[in-house]
Formats: sequence, structure tokens, C-alpha cells
Amino acid sequence: MNEMESKKQVARHHQVGLTDEKAIDMYRTMVLARKFDERVLLLQRAGKINFHVSGIGQEPAQVAAGFALDRDVDYFLPYYRDYGFVLSVGMTVRELMLSVFAKAEDPNSGGRQMPGHFGSKRLRIVTGSSPVTTQVPHAVGIALAAKMRNEAFVSLVTFGEGSSNQGDFHEGCNFAGVHKLPVIIMCENNQYAISVPIHKQLGGRIVDRAAGYGFPGFRVDGNDPLEVYRVVKEARERGLNGEGPTLIEAMMYRLSPHSTSDNDLAYRTKEEVDENREKDGIPKFKQYLLEAGIWSEQQEEQLLADIRVMLDEATTYADKAPFPTPESSLLHVYDGDAEGSN
Amino acid sequence: MPVMEYIDALRLAMKEELERDENVFILGEDVGLKGGVFTTTKGLQQQFGEHRVLDTPLAESAIAGVAIGAAMVGMKPIAEMQYSDFMFPATNQIISEAAKIRYRSNNDWNCPIVVRAPIGGGIFGGLYHSQCPESVFFGTPGLKIVAPFTPYDAKGLLKAAVRDPDPVLFFENKKCYTLITGEVPETDYIVPIGEANVLREGDDITVISYSLPLHFAMEAAAELQEEEGISAHILDLRTLQPLDKEAILEAVRRTGKVMIVHEDNKTGGIGAEVAAIIAEELLYELDAPIMRVCGPDVPAMPINPPGEKFFMLNKQKVKEAMQQLALY
Repeated sequence: MNEMESKKQVARHHQVGLTDEKAIDMYRTMVLARKFDERVLLLQRAGKINFHVSGIGQEPAQVAAGFALDRDVDYFLPYYRDYGFVLSVGMTVRELMLSVFAKAEDPNSGGRQMPGHFGSKRLRIVTGSSPVTTQVPHAVGIALAAKMRNEAFVSLVTFGEGSSNQGDFHEGCNFAGVHKLPVIIMCENNQYAISVPIHKQLGGRIVDRAAGYGFPGFRVDGNDPLEVYRVVKEARERGLNGEGPTLIEAMMYRLSPHSTSDNDLAYRTKEEVDENREKDGIPKFKQYLLEAGIWSEQQEEQLLADIRVMLDEATTYADKAPFPTPESSLLHVYDGDAEGSN
Repeated sequence: MPVMEYIDALRLAMKEELERDENVFILGEDVGLKGGVFTTTKGLQQQFGEHRVLDTPLAESAIAGVAIGAAMVGMKPIAEMQYSDFMFPATNQIISEAAKIRYRSNNDWNCPIVVRAPIGGGIFGGLYHSQCPESVFFGTPGLKIVAPFTPYDAKGLLKAAVRDPDPVLFFENKKCYTLITGEVPETDYIVPIGEANVLREGDDITVISYSLPLHFAMEAAAELQEEEGISAHILDLRTLQPLDKEAILEAVRRTGKVMIVHEDNKTGGIGAEVAAIIAEELLYELDAPIMRVCGPDVPAMPINPPGEKFFMLNKQKVKEAMQQLALY
């Protein structure tokens, strides 16, 4: 690569408003999410935990979206593959690991919900469930509260392209469009709803639906975190300026099976998966940082070593942490439940 | 103390809560300028503005879901379902989301919404403007369910529901709107959720009910007292979930003969649970089998007048059953 091309690339993260430090931080978070995901898969295969649902291949877009938001004021409504997203808005791998092991100290649900069902009031990560897309109207309701109270924040909600067919997606979009609410509605289009490929789910393009609800929609390459960052950041500004919602369709590929209970080669070929692995945004972003001269193989090695330590510590901690007491299953049905009152 | 209709008591409760707390708002179909199809919210948008009495798109899952989102960040939404028959599109939001938010987040988040929905028939509403859907939601832990009968309770329970930190389904009876009048203080008071109320003291038979059928039971009780000297004890459940077990047991102990009355169909209704509670706790104190007088097990009531009349309870049906129980 000649010097001119290199300088042009260097400018890219600056152009979208990222400092060198932030760009590197984004990369670190993506790698952390990837390594966390791989570790949890191993834990499941080793019989240490029961279940894992993976986000591998989706981290660049997830992390970029998280970085484009304001961690101090915005509300986050992730879906179940969003490890990268929740890590980028403040959750720690220890907290995620506590959830994976279903331990009492898990801040997401106190060991009640499946992993991937995030929630933390402190971090403004809104508690989620398993029936898909119910979180879209919630994000709209939170944005409605922002508008009613005249407060400057946005909500960002994610979901898969399969989920985008649920009524709650459409009802939520329409409500947000009518009231011009500061909500960012981001589809992580990973091409598969468990085993059903995109051409059997969608007659058109998700992004085009935005027009029907009266607000802008953007399709973006989810493997390009700088582009995702730019689009989400602009959507946030529109929201804060009273210009209403934005629909984002981030294109990506689910490199893992749907979950640890799924054999994906029953419905797709290894060749197809390998072809998409070539498009993986993480090594590409690493290459970008290397070429920009702000990252080195030495730093990469250090990062991987640090993450290994972090994951080891988190795994040991979560493994040793106590389960909730059986009787605590009776608590928190209603406000003020006293132990044993049920 | 002013005497007012049930519907006016509901409107007064909302007006007072909107005045009291700026986080309270109403959302639903036609709740704005029109004031709702029954005029329950009439005048409120004019007083409080479009943002606090919000006309929504015609989409019930969004009405519930948006309310849930707003509630999770500190708002106190009152979501109106135009008819309880149209709540079913919002059922996933109510059962999978609202009911479980506190539990699934281990008490981190909560969801203080009120879902108001008119129940009941007798207005020639046919299958889909007449249903009593309480049993669909009853038995879902995490939800509170109230169904007032008197205007006093309508106001007090609605205000309690708005202030409750958990989701409350508020089933108001559309036939009661203008049929039932009563004294309603203009002062700020609440009726606590979870407490039943004795409407009439008596020693021969106990009638346990809620909502409109209490009107029939009260009239029947007065006639039976006068005509045959039968003394009926009548308990208004007021809150369906959680049931006031102590009040139920006390009311049954009073007479040893109990009848449960509701318009919702018999199988799997609230009456089944009330009967089970009585059977578990007081079986050997009963002097007669537990009796249930309910809507028939058909999908919903027909619109043709004889069919609707056949489905609906009335004073005569309830009176005959009460007589039968007294004579057992």
C-alpha cells in the first residue's frame, strides 16, 4: 500500500469522529466479545454450563452501535446475541459469566433467565425476554418518556431479521413514526432465523420498510464498524434534534449455529459459512488499525493475553459463586415480597 | 357527599391522578378529543393536553408495549383497551412482559402500568364487544387484577392502581358505567388492592361475586329478605388477584352455604379458584355443596336479544339460585 492510500484510511475513523484511542477501544471490545463467546461455547461443550446462544460474526456492528451512543444517558434494549453491545455500554465479562453460570450475583436476572437475556438498571440496559421483538415497543415507550419529559436521550433497540416479521416490530415502528420519537431501531440481519434463510422470511428489504412508517432507513455493512458507528451516531443526532426515529439494517452473517442445541450444517453448507468467515469484520478492523499505524502485533498479543486472564478470572469467579437459594425463587413477584410470603 | 355514576367516578380518579403526578398519562384509541368510545376520558385531553391524554394508532400490542417501556423509566401510564375483547393482541406484552419484568430482572426493574379495559355484555355487543376475559389473565403471577362494582370502589381502586408499583389490570364493567350510581367523596382516597368488601350482612347464605352480577345479587337479596326472610351475606371480591382469602373464608364461615357468581364463563373462571380455596380450608364447615352461577361455556354471547338474555345473568336467575341454596 502506498503512502497516500494509507493516509486516506487513517482519516476514516477520524472522519466519523473517533479518536485513535476510541477506535482501539472499539477493537478491544469486539475481540473481548468474540473471545468471551468462544470461551462460553467451550464451557458448554465441557458440560460446565447448560446452554449458550452465540453472537459470533455480529460483534463489529454491536460494538460500533454501543460506542456511538451515550453511556451516561441513553437506554439500550439489546437482543439475545448482543454480548458485544452490552460489553460496549458497560457490562463486564464477570457479570456476563455470572449470567452464563446462572448465579445469584448475576446482575441481569440473578440467575433466573437464560444467558443472553440482558438487563441492568444501573447501565440502562433494559431487561429482556425470549418472545422476540417485544422490546421494540418498549424502546418506543422509553423514547416517548424522553419526549414527554423533554429529556435529551435516545433509546436503541436491536433484534434479528427473523424478528422483524413480528407485529411488535411494525406496531412499534408506526407508533414511533407518528410521534417522531428519539428511538434507533437496528436490525442485525444475520441471514438466518435459526434454520430459515432470509429468502424464506422476507419478500422485500427490511430497510425499505422505514419509508412506510415515515422515517429514514439505512442499510449498512455490519462488518464495517466505522460505517455502523457513523450511521448510529447520525441517527442519535437526528433523535436528539427532534427529527424522530431511524431504522438501521446492519448486514452480517451468523457464523455460529443458532445455539449450542443447533446443528447448522443440517441446513447450510460449510462452504457458505467459510465464505462468510472471510468477510468477518474483526480481522478486517485489525488490519485497518495496523495500517493506520495505531495498532501492532505486539499490542495484539498483549490484548489476547489480557483477555485470557480476564476470562479465566471471570470463569473461576462465576463457577465458584453461589447459586441463588431455592427459596429465593419465590421472591420478587411483586413489590415488597418478603421471603417465604408466597 | 356527591352521588355519581360509575363512569364519572372513573373519570374523576384519572383527573385527580393526572393533577397529582405529572408522570401519569393516558394512552389509547380515541381517548383524546372524543374522550373514549364510552366517554370515560371525556374532557381530560382538553384539560391536560395531547401529550398526557394520547391518542394512539390502532394497535393494542403497541399501546401495552409502549406503556410498559415508559413505565420502566418512571412514567405511570394508564393504557386503555377500547373493549377488553381487544386486549388479546396485547396479551403477549401483558403476560410475557409486564407480569415478569420485576421477577425476571430479580427486582432490578419494575413495570407500574395500569391497563383499563371494559368488560361484560348486555349492550348488544355480540361476541367481540361483550366478553369477560378475567380468567385468561387470572393465575398469571406478577399481575394484579381488580374489578370494581361500586362507584366508590371504581375511583378508589383506580387511584390505587395508578400508584401501585406493579402492573394492574383494571376491569371496569361497561354495563355499570351509567347503571350504577353511588356516593363518591371528592377527596383523595384509595381503596387498597387485595381487599374484599362485605356489601351486605346476612346469616343464611353467602354470595361471593364481583362486578355487575353484584347488582343482581343485591336486588335479589333485598327481595328474598322481604318475601321469604332469607338473609344473604354478600361479599364483593373487588380484587381478583391477589384474592382476599381471609375475607372469603370469613364470609363462608358466616353462613356455611356459599354461592359464587360471575358473568365470565364457568369453566376455569375465578369461581373455580374461590371454590378450591373454600374446599381446601373449610370443606367440613359447609352445610351445602358450593354453588356456581356463571356464564355458560360458549365462546361468547350472541348479539340476538334472546341469545344475549340467555347468556347474561339477571336478578331472577341469581335470585332463584339463592333461594335454592337457602332451601338446601
